[in-house]
Amino acid sequence: MLASNAPVYTAKTLAQALQLRADHPEAVLLAGGTDVMVFLEADRLEAPAFLNLWGCEGLHGISEDGRKIGALCTWAELKEHPALPMALRACARTVGAAQIQARGTVGGNIANASPAGDSLPLWLAADARFTLQSLRGRREVAASDFFLGYRKTALAADEILVDIQLPVQKGELYYKKVGTRLAQAISKVVLGAYVHQEGGVVRELRVALGAVAPVPLRCRALEEALVGGPVRPELAALVHQDIRPIDDVRSSAHYRAKVAENILRTWLGSLRGC
Amino acid sequence: MRLECRVNNQAVSVETAPMTRLIDLLREDLRLTGTKEGCGEGECGACTVLIDTKPACSCLVPAVQVQDAHVVTVEGLAKGEQLAAVQQAFLEFGGAQCGICTPGFLVMAQALLNEHPHPTREQVREALAGNLCRCTGYQKIVDAVENALAGAEHARQ
Repeated sequence: MLASNAPVYTAKTLAQALQLRADHPEAVLLAGGTDVMVFLEADRLEAPAFLNLWGCEGLHGISEDGRKIGALCTWAELKEHPALPMALRACARTVGAAQIQARGTVGGNIANASPAGDSLPLWLAADARFTLQSLRGRREVAASDFFLGYRKTALAADEILVDIQLPVQKGELYYKKVGTRLAQAISKVVLGAYVHQEGGVVRELRVALGAVAPVPLRCRALEEALVGGPVRPELAALVHQDIRPIDDVRSSAHYRAKVAENILRTWLGSLRGC
Repeated sequence: MRLECRVNNQAVSVETAPMTRLIDLLREDLRLTGTKEGCGEGECGACTVLIDTKPACSCLVPAVQVQDAHVVTVEGLAKGEQLAAVQQAFLEFGGAQCGICTPGFLVMAQALLNEHPHPTREQVREALAGNLCRCTGYQKIVDAVENALAGAEHARQ
């Protein structure tokens, strides 16, 4: 194919990245390229310019306690990091396969904001906070406030996602992806969930689903019904109050709704007596 | 842009558009046609190369991102006439049929063997999960990779 002749600005440091972002707000951010290159090849991306962040210093690394993840960390790095929640490491293993995991980045997955983005429900469930930075300064946005619409995020035209912060958790994170096969499959339904129980009572619960609406979303009706009482798997059907699945090439709305309910019921069932 | 990198241990300096796909750079500009294009969207693994020892689909990497990097293609696995252990094992175990997927499998298998010289069958299957073959049914490929270094050590004895 013909390569895009659009200019590419490469940032080597965070300071350069922020300056280039301010100077060229029209430039498409390029991290590991695993989404951008697919869009380009399919002629689905009009890009007047690119801002290449691959290799940019200051956006890498996972803190020793696993609480802070640089936006340019790859899935291969997450998969291996001992301090990260097991659910997040399990998620990393389901993103594409080894070639994609070595290249695809956490920040790319988040900023690309595909409704089917593998990791997105997990950030909502973990109550993660995203650090956004521009020449104007730094701010933090909760994951649940970041995804505004179909591929639309809270990221301003001059901002860059710098890192992801995970709060200290008392409870457990859970992750489940349903796709056509284990590797290389785009999610048909993806679940991220967090629960903290005390003496058989649900104290904290966050349930988030992906690929069932234009944005990854929290299942508030289910959460409200369960917090303060025992785990009741039969309430899984409340999920239908929040999700809005569609028919597409990967699956039907009916299938997605049924599977979303089923995987929630199974998960809730597994929690009884914990 | 003037792209400077190393490919199979040789210095390369070439004029290219920064968003040129690495696979096109390898095949068209450098005439390294061992790397094959299958799907062109990161699903099939046929175009797998190593970039600074890590596997990548060369159809998804723009040239600008291999500036100063070291790229290894299937042509870089053998040492002269001496096949790499994994290539020898593919021959012995019948790991290739039509051959289109073979370069990608070989490079991905080499990436695995560099990190885990004696992988379990499960590790082999997970490492090769992003490479599709429509001929062999995978068993012979997995056999070849699982036994690649065992075979090489046996041959040396």
